[in-house]
Amino acid sequence: MADESQEPIDPRIDTPAREGLTGTAPASVYRPLRDAEQVTIAPDWRPMDVQPAWRTDFPIDWPQDHYVERRDFMKFMVLTSLAFTVGQFWIAAENWLRRRRGQPQMRRVASIDEVPVGTALTFAYPGEHDDCVLVRTGENQFVAYGQKCTHLSCAVRPLAEQGILQCPCHEGSFDLSSGRPLAGPPRRPLARVHLQIVNRDLYATRVEDRTT
Amino acid sequence: MIHLEFIDRAHSVQTVPVVCMHCEQPTCAEVCPADAIKRTGDGVVQSARKPRCIACGNCVLACPFGVPEVYEDRQIMMKCDMCYDRTSVGKKPMCATVCPSQALFFGTADEVARLRPLSTPVNRFQFGGQTISTRVLIMMPQALVSRRPYVDVTAAMEDRARERAIALTPVGGGDPFADVEV
Repeated sequence: MADESQEPIDPRIDTPAREGLTGTAPASVYRPLRDAEQVTIAPDWRPMDVQPAWRTDFPIDWPQDHYVERRDFMKFMVLTSLAFTVGQFWIAAENWLRRRRGQPQMRRVASIDEVPVGTALTFAYPGEHDDCVLVRTGENQFVAYGQKCTHLSCAVRPLAEQGILQCPCHEGSFDLSSGRPLAGPPRRPLARVHLQIVNRDLYATRVEDRTT
Repeated sequence: MIHLEFIDRAHSVQTVPVVCMHCEQPTCAEVCPADAIKRTGDGVVQSARKPRCIACGNCVLACPFGVPEVYEDRQIMMKCDMCYDRTSVGKKPMCATVCPSQALFFGTADEVARLRPLSTPVNRFQFGGQTISTRVLIMMPQALVSRRPYVDVTAAMEDRARERAIALTPVGGGDPFADVEV
């Protein structure tokens, strides 16, 4: 409200007395807020103590929205590290189970005559969802790899004439004779499927997961 | 970000700028399902937070002053935030700096009351059963304020401007189009 004791201020914008109006005045000039942390009033104008609990869970005021209690922070830390610990035990249990299962059964893949030199054949080994690829690189040379690219598990495709296995997702390529990565994002070699020839039949004997 | 609204578009080109009133009970933030509209400690209701806003438009429907606007192309609500980039570093909001008649004025309530001695700043609005107090003040004639210290918006919606007959006499008199061949 107008205060009679104060001088009327010059209405022109750039007068010295109006410096405060350009926002350069100290904060004390402006009408003070009740509490900088809690500036918002509930629509029914009642105090915050009698408001329902969800109002404190979803505050409108920025400081409260960013406020993290020590108890909440500790709860987050404890639960997260607990999850990591459980994850370590989970990995150990998975490893133990895999070792207990042992190597999968030997299984017939195809006859030698079904795979002419330079062609490839896909098969599933050891499970029905573990796709593998078999390539005949020479008269008596066979190689077989798991088809999962070691980068992001896309299916690799053999390019026998170039001597590589190529992953079309990110242009990764593997050496056809060894399964080792040649180019692109993959860093680990493909899983090798060991083969055995019995009476002109190809058998997959075991899968070798390699890290280097 | 402010926008202009037509007062009576069918009969007039007159517009009025719509600035956020920065309610102390921000209805836009109350209705926001994504918890995206926040009010900073200095009492400024900010635009929707970009990571949270889902551009549902609830705030547009709920705001009693018609301030928020949803930008469909950007999938965000944007409203007047009192030029927070300027006011937080000690400058006036852009609208108040460029307003030639100082109809939009940035300063304290005392200052504006001294500059306009015939009116009184009012920051209380009645929308039916909802009462809202705002950080932004509007100037009301003192005669009206002494009768009722708040703005009853729903009652004022029924008010119509008094009709005035305006006669424009052409310069020099007579028909200005007399010489024009049709």
